[in-house]
Amino acid sequence: MASIEQKFTLHVPSSTQNLAIIREFVTNVGVQAGLGEDDVAKLELAVDEACTNVIEHAHGGDITKDVVVRATFDEKMLRIEVVDSGAGFDPARIPEEDVERLVAQRRSGGLGLRVMRSLMDEVSYEIVPGNTNRLRMTKRLRKD
Amino acid sequence: MPHPFAVLRSQEGTLSVLSLEGYLDAHTAPQFERAIQGEIDAGRVQLIVDGAQLRYISSAGLGVFMSFIEEIREKGGDIKICGLAPKVRQIFDILGFHAIYDMVDTRAAAAMRFAQAPSREG
Repeated sequence: MASIEQKFTLHVPSSTQNLAIIREFVTNVGVQAGLGEDDVAKLELAVDEACTNVIEHAHGGDITKDVVVRATFDEKMLRIEVVDSGAGFDPARIPEEDVERLVAQRRSGGLGLRVMRSLMDEVSYEIVPGNTNRLRMTKRLRKD
Repeated sequence: MPHPFAVLRSQEGTLSVLSLEGYLDAHTAPQFERAIQGEIDAGRVQLIVDGAQLRYISSAGLGVFMSFIEEIREKGGDIKICGLAPKVRQIFDILGFHAIYDMVDTRAAAAMRFAQAPSREG
């Protein structure tokens, strides 16, 4: 039973209004995967950051597009894919600058990726031009 | 709305207190932005942000703090943050906000910081 891979998918219109639904989805998946409260909170925030990037940057606020969140887990690993159909917004291409520097320049961009990298074990991005783009994140599961 | 957010405003002497409640994300951040802009427009630049009732924050919410702090300090004011729950505080710490903002436990401690240092270098 424990070795069976379980898959969950959420499709929502690309709007920040749906971030709450996305967070509840991923929270439920995290609990089902056996993550502790702390790790569920980290997962929730990392996925929020990824989806916010898609909604605001990749889809540019176009609510006719969908944000797709796929979650898969087995006994060892929880994998999240956030799929967009935008022009390809690779968050890794945003330079990681000091918060002090961003403040001095009155900018606040690029924080989301830093948060994702801090909270998840791996973050990667795959651009498929003219098709779909996938941000992948993984979290190792600890079994007591 | 399943994850509500509210900003409540009050005044303690010359200090404006903005109390945040609920979920501060990319959807609700504009509401917080308008609240801070309203204080600046009214010439009130000594702000305490009380996060005791803040249950969740994403980088969109943190971005609001960042986008106003320089302007507020140039006007001789500051944003001092108080009351954050550990789960929320952790996100501020990941991004190194402790180097830029005074973060204290209570509203009284934040008011005390204003008495000691009305503004601060970033």
